[in-house]
Amino acid sequence: MNGFLTVYKKEIRENLRDRRSLFNSVLLGPILFPILFIGLGYFAASKQQEKVEQVLEVPVVGAEHAPNLINFLEQQGVIIKAAPVDPEADVKQQVESVVIRIPEKFPQQWNAGEPAVVEVIADPSRRGSEIPIQKVKLLLRGYGGQIGQLRLQLRGISPSIQSPIMVRDVDLSTPQSRGMLIMIMLPYVLMITAFTGGMHLAVDSTAGEKERKSLEPLLINPVPRWQIMLGKMGATATFAFASLALTLVSFRFAFPLLPTGALGVDLHMSMTALAGILLIVTPVVVLAAAMLTTLAALAKSLREAQSYMGLVFMIPMIPSLIFMVNPMTPETWMMTIPMFSQSLLIAEFVRGETVSLLWVALSAGSTLILGVMFAAVAANLFNRPRLVFSS
Amino acid sequence: MIKVTDLHKSFGEVKAVRGISFEARDGEITGLLGPNGAGKTTTLRMLYSLLPPDDGEIRIDGLDPKNDAMAIKRTLGVVPDSRGLYTRMTARENIAYYGKLHGMKNKDIEFRIRELAQTLDMQDFIERRTEGFSQGQRVKVAIARAMIHRPQTVLLDEPSNGLDVMSTRALRHYILSLKEAGHSVILSTHIMQEVAALCDRIVIIAKGRIAADGSADELMRKSGCDSLEDAFVNLIGSEEGLMG
Repeated sequence: MNGFLTVYKKEIRENLRDRRSLFNSVLLGPILFPILFIGLGYFAASKQQEKVEQVLEVPVVGAEHAPNLINFLEQQGVIIKAAPVDPEADVKQQVESVVIRIPEKFPQQWNAGEPAVVEVIADPSRRGSEIPIQKVKLLLRGYGGQIGQLRLQLRGISPSIQSPIMVRDVDLSTPQSRGMLIMIMLPYVLMITAFTGGMHLAVDSTAGEKERKSLEPLLINPVPRWQIMLGKMGATATFAFASLALTLVSFRFAFPLLPTGALGVDLHMSMTALAGILLIVTPVVVLAAAMLTTLAALAKSLREAQSYMGLVFMIPMIPSLIFMVNPMTPETWMMTIPMFSQSLLIAEFVRGETVSLLWVALSAGSTLILGVMFAAVAANLFNRPRLVFSS
Repeated sequence: MIKVTDLHKSFGEVKAVRGISFEARDGEITGLLGPNGAGKTTTLRMLYSLLPPDDGEIRIDGLDPKNDAMAIKRTLGVVPDSRGLYTRMTARENIAYYGKLHGMKNKDIEFRIRELAQTLDMQDFIERRTEGFSQGQRVKVAIARAMIHRPQTVLLDEPSNGLDVMSTRALRHYILSLKEAGHSVILSTHIMQEVAALCDRIVIIAKGRIAADGSADELMRKSGCDSLEDAFVNLIGSEEGLMG
């Protein structure tokens, strides 16, 4: 294994001197991602706050049909605006997020004791309009409830007859488990880092070496090619691992800076939790290094290799996206799916649950097996004459 | 000592080498002379086990690359056509890397680098990163890293490509010193003067075949010409690819 060690040490040393390589593994993951997180956190929190505190301004069509309702809304702090000419068009063009329309029949229905129709014109698929819509509906329902109670009392009936069921919330979520944003994003960020951390090195030491015409003389040395491949793959994995560890540590210090109060999240990670997460993700580092080395050995040129690397971002995205769209309860069989199992395990870890050792072992085992398979493919690619002669 | 018998190699439809046989003895410089694309580089690549031959036999100091590829690689010093260096490492680190790949001890590597730096006149730039090296400096580093493990047999593929006059002179001087030290040297080139100045035996290759084989005098006698250049043109039957 002398050849492997020599290649490994040389790649590490050479890439420590490479600014691009360092940028990719030290800057991108460990510094950029936490900053992005904190920034997004603050942004989301302040937007939320703004929406909640914002004075509700609602245009009302046909306000004259229900003066009492309008009075009620105004008492609740709603500013009633003049009726627009075409409320539907205004909502569509996002001039207004919500418009109330009181039809002419309203007084008639009201006086007859029938349910009087009030229309709320809005487009709930617009993300910004959720809160105003909810507020308007809540107010209208509140008014309706009040009037309903009054009517029952007038007829000598207790209003509680209207509520045969009373729902009481018993909240079992821990403060950690409410950190949804982080639970979805953290596994994804870590998976991406496992790939990006060693990406530049993998490309540079394989396709780059071919391009700079130093691969052919290297292969003339009396070292089996699989050892040369393994040295490069090892260096790739080492960079990715360092990048991952740095990212985790910087998240550790970034979390307390997140606006937890605003998000209802109190997330603090102990060093033990960090070590646990690192342990869970390490097999992914090996898999990523093997995949990257395979892709780089497959490429005919540096450019081709770099274009493959765009795809690499997709690989860790898939399991995280599935989890994002459909958060499922982890089960044992899921632990055999590389990268998906790690996403689940990290989420469990962050929630503060105890993670079963069997699950960790299954997840690591299946990921490492796939990694070894990719490494074997890469070793085979290194043995092809085409590795050196691209054209 | 290299003995090659009836070597063949094709890449798909292209028959790069079709029946090459020659011998390169210790203490002699053997020149593979031929126009560009004649099959010289492919022949050399088969000698240093980068490409497996389709057919034919290779013996290097009696060893067969089919069975003893690693042993052969240990006895060979090769300066191939591609001679890229690691630009983020110094000349010394570039050379030492190859020494370590050969399993040499650090002390021995250090000693050898001192020796080679002197012979090849590299003291001025041995500690510098190879980024921005001149062609001549790069060839010197490529030669030093190929020679670090004291190989008995030396293969050089167009070593003077891109060198200026002074560097070429120094290179020729070094190749002659290898011969005097008893190495077996094979040199591929398309430059007539190089062959005339250096080689004891000349193997003329054209279109993947041996066109002629012998000393400069023998070749002139065979072709009935009184200059090596005329003999060469006469023997390969065209002037194609002779520039340079």
